[in-house]
Amino acid sequence: MWRGWLPFVPYAGVLAVVVYCLAPFYWMLVSSLRRASDLFDTSPLPSPVSLENYQAVLDPAQGFARALLNSLIVAGTTTVLALLLAMCTAYAMARLSFRFKRLILTLIIATSMFPVVSIVIPLLKLFTGIGWINTYQAMIVPSMSFALPLAVWNLTAFFRQMPEELEHAAMVDGCTRGQAFRKVIIPLAAPGILTTAIITFIAAWNEFLIAVSVTNKPQLQTAPVAVSKFVGAQTYETPFGSQMAAGVLITIPLVITVLLFQHRIVTGLAAGAAK
Amino acid sequence: MARTEIPPGPAAVGQRSRRPGRRRRSYAPARATAGSGRLAALLISPTLLVLTVVVLCPTLMALRESLYGPEVLDARTGFFGDTEPFVRLKNYADIFGQGGGRFWNAFRNTTVFTVVTVGLETVAGTAMALIMHKAFRGRGLVRAAVLVPWAVPTAVCALLWRWILNSDGIANAVLGHQILWTAEGVQAKVAVIVVEVWKTAPFIGLLVLAGLQVIPQDVYEAARLDGASPLRQFWHITLPLVKPALLVAMLFRCLGALRMFDLPYILIGARKNSVETLSMLAQNEASNVRFGPAAAYAVLLFLYVFAVALAFVRLLGADLVGDTVPGTSARGRGKRTLSGRRERTS
Repeated sequence: MWRGWLPFVPYAGVLAVVVYCLAPFYWMLVSSLRRASDLFDTSPLPSPVSLENYQAVLDPAQGFARALLNSLIVAGTTTVLALLLAMCTAYAMARLSFRFKRLILTLIIATSMFPVVSIVIPLLKLFTGIGWINTYQAMIVPSMSFALPLAVWNLTAFFRQMPEELEHAAMVDGCTRGQAFRKVIIPLAAPGILTTAIITFIAAWNEFLIAVSVTNKPQLQTAPVAVSKFVGAQTYETPFGSQMAAGVLITIPLVITVLLFQHRIVTGLAAGAAK
Repeated sequence: MARTEIPPGPAAVGQRSRRPGRRRRSYAPARATAGSGRLAALLISPTLLVLTVVVLCPTLMALRESLYGPEVLDARTGFFGDTEPFVRLKNYADIFGQGGGRFWNAFRNTTVFTVVTVGLETVAGTAMALIMHKAFRGRGLVRAAVLVPWAVPTAVCALLWRWILNSDGIANAVLGHQILWTAEGVQAKVAVIVVEVWKTAPFIGLLVLAGLQVIPQDVYEAARLDGASPLRQFWHITLPLVKPALLVAMLFRCLGALRMFDLPYILIGARKNSVETLSMLAQNEASNVRFGPAAAYAVLLFLYVFAVALAFVRLLGADLVGDTVPGTSARGRGKRTLSGRRERTS
């Protein structure tokens, strides 16, 4: 349909999209590598390159390493729990026939649309009452509200894609349904499970509202909360340099994972819409 | 909340390939289905139990909480005691009465953000998808690039843009104007919208791209033979055929935008009238231990989200679970649409 267009136009378009997506991220990277004194430079490359900001962020007084660890604990636990539960449920959704299946799947998906704030407010009150404020479980439990439906939905699709004959063959060969699931389906669905794990982990890692509401001690803050509360050495001056460095540290693991698994993630994200 | 909207997951895939399977099962060995109801109950109940505890119970608690007034501070201990007065519908009456200014401001902000960002994202995302679809070289690169804004945590994204939009930042240097983006006012709204669109348009782009890739080429072939211009082809073939994908993406983006929290909270700040959303308002009230009004705001936000989701599913025919009847095949729909009858799915 674009036949009449000059042949290089699509490439200009590609370039535009790439610049649009990467330029802000690049600017964060560049700014994080500047010295505090030339932070406001607008040159496209940092000169000289300096790790000053990273040193400031990783300074034990800032407690950012601890925040990264907290994020890892919260997001990791959430992902593992959600995947364990979701694997069972998704298998039932994809393979078994039972009454109200569509209704139950719709309900599970619908729960993910709940505004998190309407869950956080009563839980905040509850957690205050039972002394859960500033604990990991106070962040993990509410995170299940979005992580679990997300995992169920993704995994259901992956299980549905796998040919049913595989299981039937395993069962003909004497496996029980449970064995067929463990020994045939799980290994074959490993790529799908990995993709779901990545997507769930990113969602949990990026969570902010729950983490900011149920913690008030710096030692328990997750990385996104900690970075939003960075204060500079001088009052009234936003420490943009160390914020950018912290932003890079939070984001780089995700970006590398996403780039490594980009093909799978795109398939995972898009399959539902493609029908 | 963090941008944790569910990407329109692949629920639908394999639905069509499942159908023959189900038919086959009727004469498969009885063992394959025996006791599957009980097994299903066993496999599903843990998930349902967890969701009941973390979603349903809190929602009901919020509903109940919204009928109570703010707690009275216990002067002796300095803590809030169990002295919340039951105020019936007073919290709601306040919202719809004279004390509702802050609520309606947040409501307006939320609505404006949702309508404007989802509109812009849809246009930008579709454009990106068309570009990616046409790019034969560099497709891997562009697809990887598009995932970057999606993977950047919203909190980091907000900080990053606060730096870019800083008064001495790169944005003003490029524009050649001194705009105080993050100060109260219209420009703060614009800043939030720009950043939100930057972060999520690529996501819509990916989903639309997936929709584009399943359109068979011969439909375009036929349209070209009939003499349809590229624009007409886009309007009458491409758009109707990616509509299911686009609708699901838009629904999820709408729900995401309606509960927007961390972006304005970090980019502009808490308690800023020009960008305060319903989520921010409710969270702010709750963090000031005014749980009753906070719960009332949360309940109204919940109803708002529910109404929008329902409208998408009912009026526009967005299909979430992916159980469409296979008879309405994409191509058949495209042809019919080409001949002018466009309101099919409502």
